Amino acid sequence: MASPEQSVVVSGIGQSAVGRPVDRDPMALTADACLAAIEDAGLTRSEIDGLATYPGGALGSASPGFAAGGIVEIQDMLRLELDWWNGTAETAGQLGSVITAVAAIAAGFAKHVLCFRTVWEASAQGKGGRRGIGTGGGGGGIPRAGGEMQWRLPFGAASAACWIAMMAQRHFHEYGTTREQLAWIALNARKNAALNPAAIYRDPMSLDDYLGARMISTPFCLYDCDVPVDGSTAFVLSHVDTARDLRRPPLRIEAIGSALRGRPSWDQFDDLTTMALRDAAKMMWERTDLKPSDVDVAECYDGFSFIALAWLEALGFCKPGEGGPFIEGGERIGLGGEIPLNTHGGQLSAGRLHGYGFFHEACVQLWGEGGERQVPGDPAVAIAAAGGGPLGGCLLLARS
Amino acid sequence: MSDLPFRLLPRIGPENEHFWTGGAAGELRLLQCPACETWVHPPQPICPACLGEPLVARATSGRATLHTYTVNHHPWIPGFDPPYIIAIVTLNEDPRVRLTTNLVHCEEADLRIGMPLAVCFEEREDGIFLPLFEPDTN
Repeated sequence: MASPEQSVVVSGIGQSAVGRPVDRDPMALTADACLAAIEDAGLTRSEIDGLATYPGGALGSASPGFAAGGIVEIQDMLRLELDWWNGTAETAGQLGSVITAVAAIAAGFAKHVLCFRTVWEASAQGKGGRRGIGTGGGGGGIPRAGGEMQWRLPFGAASAACWIAMMAQRHFHEYGTTREQLAWIALNARKNAALNPAAIYRDPMSLDDYLGARMISTPFCLYDCDVPVDGSTAFVLSHVDTARDLRRPPLRIEAIGSALRGRPSWDQFDDLTTMALRDAAKMMWERTDLKPSDVDVAECYDGFSFIALAWLEALGFCKPGEGGPFIEGGERIGLGGEIPLNTHGGQLSAGRLHGYGFFHEACVQLWGEGGERQVPGDPAVAIAAAGGGPLGGCLLLARS
Repeated sequence: MSDLPFRLLPRIGPENEHFWTGGAAGELRLLQCPACETWVHPPQPICPACLGEPLVARATSGRATLHTYTVNHHPWIPGFDPPYIIAIVTLNEDPRVRLTTNLVHCEEADLRIGMPLAVCFEEREDGIFLPLFEPDTN
């Protein structure tokens, strides 16, 4: 039986200039990506009747450069006429915003939903280096930590680098995973980035470079952490009935995974080695006849290297706990390997487009437009997976 | 207190006061359901197991087990200088209850996941006592 999401297709993708920094207003970057995606789909602004984004206006202003514009600003800037819209961070990871758009189209609330995600963390953070979350800055009194951050900030656990590092450490403990193995997430990303003209870091990186890098929060060194950038990514999702009007061969949403089954917490989640990815991936496979062995390319969130390893396990490309030996040496996850991973360079080397970059690259590969980094063999099935810790969402895409 | 490093402190209210001030009496206090004895953390108004209310703040043994850790080397918070050890510990009363904390009075080389730990407190301004953990030698 067909799942409802199979009535939805990707009709177009777009991306602004991406850089460290890009000298352009972040709202203008958003417009660049959105207009490119609409044109790519063969549509016009007047045909867009839905709009979705992560994290939306409220959280977007909470952290420097974390977003540019919520739903209302972009609707107004592009003068869209919307029947359905949604912008929130309380969803199944960054791509949860795309999953809600899929739901809206399948339900008939909209025909063509524009999804966008903009970051300008390179400009906002300047040369001051990475900051913790909620650690303030600026004048005034010293803020007090409330909500869930009160359980971590007083102990200096101010960044997801520290929280995810502890999940990696637990994986190391339970399964004997090593830094020499984890390194291959970063090394594979860099190798692919060398073939991607739009990637940020393209110089070769060796295992010795990785092991010699500055430690951030053990076992994570600098190269386990993604690179803040300025840039915007957008997609148009459409109802399959509109396919004859579209410019491109549409890509079917074969299945989605959005489950939230453990405690939604960075420290209370039952199995820190799997995070919420476990249940999102399980749900996705329950909604399709396809199997992990049918997948030709996997684009998996690597805001921190360990998350991509955990996605490989959660998605069933290897058994739980076996991610370390699976990626070691990089052959299996390379462009010619059994499951090519993060073919554009991931967020580690191509830039932190925060989830949306993976979905974009999955489409690029399925349309055969990867250039030098194109996965051989005419890939027909791809996964885009994003989120980490207590958040995770994934989509299985197939060429119709 | 003037020798202590800068820390970002919690905002105290009726729902979390027991946790952040119990150290004045040397106690690590968490909410417990009087009906089914489930320990509940972070605080919430009803028991997630039996849905009973109200929950009451009770002293725990303060003993815990090291679940995982990281040695942080990056200066995220001006005035709170690295390196320092961040850990997630599981409460001996119920290993499903975890706390994120700092380990003190030990070095990175001493750390073993699964090692026994005991609470100790760092007194801060406004009656706040931060629960930290050290190796349990008893």
